[in-house]
Amino acid sequence: MTTIAIPPGMPQYDDVPRYDVAAVRADFPILGREVNGHPLVYLDSANTSHKPRQVLDVLREHYERHNANVSRSVHTLGTEATEAYEAARAKVAAFVNAPSVDEVVFTKNSTEAINIVAYAFSNASLRPDADPRFRLGPGDEIVISEMEHHSNIVPWQLLAERTGATLRWFPVTDNGRLDESGLTDLVNERTKIVSLVHMSNILGTVNATARITARVREVGALLLLDCSQSVPHMPIDVVDLDADFIVFTGHKMCGPTGIGVLWGRAELLAAMPPVLGGGSMIETVTMGGSTFAAPPARFEAGTPPIAEAVALGAAVDYLTGLGMPAIQWHEKQLTAYALDALGSVPDLRIFGPEVPVGRGGTISFALGDVHPHDVGQVLDSLGVQVRVGHHCARPVCTRFGVPAMTRASFYLYTTTEEIDALVAGLEQVRKVFG
Amino acid sequence: MQLESLYQEIILDHYKHPHGRGLRDAADPADRVAEAHHVNPTCGDEVTVRVATDGEVLHDVSYEGMGCSISQASASVLHELLTGRGTADAYRVHEAFVALMSGRGQVTPDEEVLGDGVAFEGVARYPARVKCALLPWMAFKDAAARAGVGESPTEVKA
Repeated sequence: MTTIAIPPGMPQYDDVPRYDVAAVRADFPILGREVNGHPLVYLDSANTSHKPRQVLDVLREHYERHNANVSRSVHTLGTEATEAYEAARAKVAAFVNAPSVDEVVFTKNSTEAINIVAYAFSNASLRPDADPRFRLGPGDEIVISEMEHHSNIVPWQLLAERTGATLRWFPVTDNGRLDESGLTDLVNERTKIVSLVHMSNILGTVNATARITARVREVGALLLLDCSQSVPHMPIDVVDLDADFIVFTGHKMCGPTGIGVLWGRAELLAAMPPVLGGGSMIETVTMGGSTFAAPPARFEAGTPPIAEAVALGAAVDYLTGLGMPAIQWHEKQLTAYALDALGSVPDLRIFGPEVPVGRGGTISFALGDVHPHDVGQVLDSLGVQVRVGHHCARPVCTRFGVPAMTRASFYLYTTTEEIDALVAGLEQVRKVFG
Repeated sequence: MQLESLYQEIILDHYKHPHGRGLRDAADPADRVAEAHHVNPTCGDEVTVRVATDGEVLHDVSYEGMGCSISQASASVLHELLTGRGTADAYRVHEAFVALMSGRGQVTPDEEVLGDGVAFEGVARYPARVKCALLPWMAFKDAAARAGVGESPTEVKA
């Protein structure tokens, strides 16, 4: 046996941060269960991730020990709940390197976060005294891309309808990359906002945003990045990204459902009119009218998902404990392994980048002409959980000429053995439908 | 084992070799012709079912679609079972199929009524797939109503 040494001066194997995957898996109770008589092989983390015991414990403890409403009580429980809620905000802010804690608005999910921005535009457009950056009318343009999740398409279609603005989009190349060739035409002096996915939930593509950001700054537009699929999987620094808004959701990053985040530059959030009206978002209320609280409270009307926010804080602690660079490396290795393994399956076509560069661990594919529903059903009978369908990104399916795709997506607890189980399952699919 | 109850040989056979596929014009120009296009928004499966009838007999039930094995096999079985039937009789079959699919595996199908449709008994145990099996049947119901042969199966039965 020969040993190949990496030449000195080159990056060495041990240079990159790593963690013990088996130990990590022991933190996730659900990974111990069986499905249809087989060990669970969960390859649907882009849909929702599992939750470690550390997060579940915090959720339970909050309800058992500190349950009370926030921001309105002088009693001890209310103070504890408020402190926990605001501590979670601080953890989330630090996690994405937000310059200020007040730039983190808790929402229900990414969808609600995007809608808050879209409706702020809408509301501003009705008020002549509103900040002109948020005022839209005929002739103004909104730019998205063909690889967006429906949650980053439909709110902008509705906004364009309400305001008379025009919706335009970046196309997608045959390799599943963002086609930036028309950048200067697409993003121009009429553009008011560019809202782009950072990592595609269906193609796995991670978009390089630097050129787009530069162009957005040149024309004086705003930039929103949908980071639902990137924040859980790689270090994200909003200062480094130089975005104006980012959105992400708790349940894809080891947190509970029902909690998401809108991060916005403080100065922009302050310039945005409120969207949902109600308790907690006001300064004073009279029967004649109201004035509004400063962000983030302005955008958090009503009782927020308190326990969920606190548990999201615990999820952030968990991810930080493992280290986002280590998680990113783990998934990069899995992705390279999976692309190779899937490439060995006859008649398998991968949609999106086929090299583990500029992409994350979310891989969509077709197996011959077997319908994804049937692929998913056979895999499920073997305990392998994948997502099938249009993945809330129907324009991508249309772009690649298929009604649906099968998608395997990985996370910090995924193993190469699970990818082997997927490949073995696909052989079974070929037997049933061959 | 479980999987075989879903993907019965009959279903796979209809999927791989569909009967009567393709939308057809009416052979008799006097026939009323109507169609309905149904989509399953969760998976993107689509089917168009066209009915040609003189009001008494379904002269043709033709279809076109794309989707999973269950939805496409179901369309093939729909064509086979209903083409040439009297409308009241067709609704009886329709009702039996809907009842089978809504039965969560607790309904024993009558082969006399449902023919190859009995193979879908196993599908009823997979709630996520019941919609696939029903897709062409629901499109048929709309198409038949548009062709003026009864608003709903229950009405005709009454």
